[in-house]
Amino acid sequence: MSTDIGRGVKELLEAHGKPEREVYLDGENSVKVYKKVVEEMLPYFNEKAYGNPSITHKVGWESYEAFRDAASYIADKIGSENPQNLIFTHSGTEANNLAIKGFALANRKKGNKIVISDVEHLSIVFPAESLEKEGFEVVKIPVDREGFIDLEALETSVDKDTLLVSIIWVNHEIGTIEPMKEIARIAKEKNPNVIIHTDAADAFGKIPINVKDVGIDMMTLSSQKIGGPKGVGALYVRQGIKLASLIQGQVSIERIWPGVENMPLIMGFYAASKITFENFDENIRYLKKLRDKLIDGILDNVPYTLLNGPRGEKRAPDNVNISFLYCEGEALTVEFSMNGVYVSSGSACTSRVLEPSHVLLAIGREYEEAHGSLLMKVTLEHTEEDIDYVISVIPKAVERIRRISSIKPK
Amino acid sequence: MSSRIPLPYGPKVIELFRNPKNLGRIENPDAYSLAGSPACGDMIAIYLKISRDEVIEKATFESYGCAANIAAASMLTELVKGKHLKDAWNLTWKEISDALGGLPAIKFHCGILAVGALRRAIREYYKDKLKPDWLPSDLTKAEKQALEEEKLLEKLAKEKQAYLKIKE
Repeated sequence: MSTDIGRGVKELLEAHGKPEREVYLDGENSVKVYKKVVEEMLPYFNEKAYGNPSITHKVGWESYEAFRDAASYIADKIGSENPQNLIFTHSGTEANNLAIKGFALANRKKGNKIVISDVEHLSIVFPAESLEKEGFEVVKIPVDREGFIDLEALETSVDKDTLLVSIIWVNHEIGTIEPMKEIARIAKEKNPNVIIHTDAADAFGKIPINVKDVGIDMMTLSSQKIGGPKGVGALYVRQGIKLASLIQGQVSIERIWPGVENMPLIMGFYAASKITFENFDENIRYLKKLRDKLIDGILDNVPYTLLNGPRGEKRAPDNVNISFLYCEGEALTVEFSMNGVYVSSGSACTSRVLEPSHVLLAIGREYEEAHGSLLMKVTLEHTEEDIDYVISVIPKAVERIRRISSIKPK
Repeated sequence: MSSRIPLPYGPKVIELFRNPKNLGRIENPDAYSLAGSPACGDMIAIYLKISRDEVIEKATFESYGCAANIAAASMLTELVKGKHLKDAWNLTWKEISDALGGLPAIKFHCGILAVGALRRAIREYYKDKLKPDWLPSDLTKAEKQALEEEKLLEKLAKEKQAYLKIKE
């Protein structure tokens, strides 16, 4: 742990001050949980179903019933009739780790090659790289300038020795919707035994999903990307797939991922799913409207900007990622923050690694373009007025940071 | 959880970020330097107006970097104003950090880069002049860091070229 944590934060917040209006757009790093979701979660802390669903008493059974309701609903929304195919984890990160390492370690005899892409979430990249150290071969498929994976390279890479193909369905940073059905088909044609995993943390609730139609064997879900609470995710695992347990301890419903089911969080995941799916088409239309309003509002009003990722139907309905040239992204996030607009950046300076976002570099962005990138996600709780406010604030904020910058437009 | 970790800044950093002192360029400066690299998102330009008796009359900056980078460069220009070049040379990144109320560990490099930029400007000033005794001939640590960041750009560019070739 860093010794910096907590140091002077109170003074920092005082110096920052409270902006008159606030719009939180940093759904990538942590979403603002929908109000209705929190209301639905509250009884599960201490009024009902607050027990351990694996224990044989009334509160345990109540919890098991609630758990089954949640799991059945979510399973149904991804086209799986069996709620037992969902393993609840404590995050999407854990689900990705379980999919990559849990699968590879349990199926080592069947093959040695793991195929991922250049634009995966770090919770795929790092487990894959750790397997590489243990002797597995990891191949990363390149992407084009919009982030779509190279299907020919995929076809060449998958062979008899390939154990697992894991491709992110909807990119978390640039919103690219990968052609998953095509990916699964190509991979299975080359090797019918290959297992297809997809990180669908940003796909669930944003595009229609049917694991059977698409040919998915394992799939990662996350609650917080749809307005649910953090601390809960799930891995869909088709029946018959063996996984190794990466952690050991308290027995839970699904032995592969121990730890008592956190009922309030699971019920929050369920509640957020209901909000998302009850008016799915209308919700998606609404998100797209806000997304395009924000993209156009920025590109039309701020010079020297680049949209990262595709436009239109092949872009996640909530994703906005724009590079502001001649600006460093961390400085922009602080400047926006003073104006009550909260976003994140692909700049190296906002993280503890020296390099900027590997996703932006993979689509061919220059270092300066990646450093000056901002990532924003719209949600169902944002209003058009919120977006108008953000658009009104951004040009001035960018202009000020450019005035400070030692790199000027030519 | 993702890799993005927020960094707590002192109020002084926020104050200088909001209202940077000595921002901008000096027309016909007596010394100028640019240190760091856009590849690291960490770059500082320093402009100096220097009197006949080698006192810094005016120091200004521009910065392509994070809030700490901007505040460190601005603080440096404040600290060296009115100082003899010899004393300015001896300014440390720690003094900048202290004046900012302490930079978080991961942002120490911003203070070091500011010092590196200043020292490079001072060397530039003496380029065609008689070098004073106090000016070391070898590069100091702070100057080396600036060089390293600049080399990184080349290294990354090479890596990228190699990567693009593989892709083809």
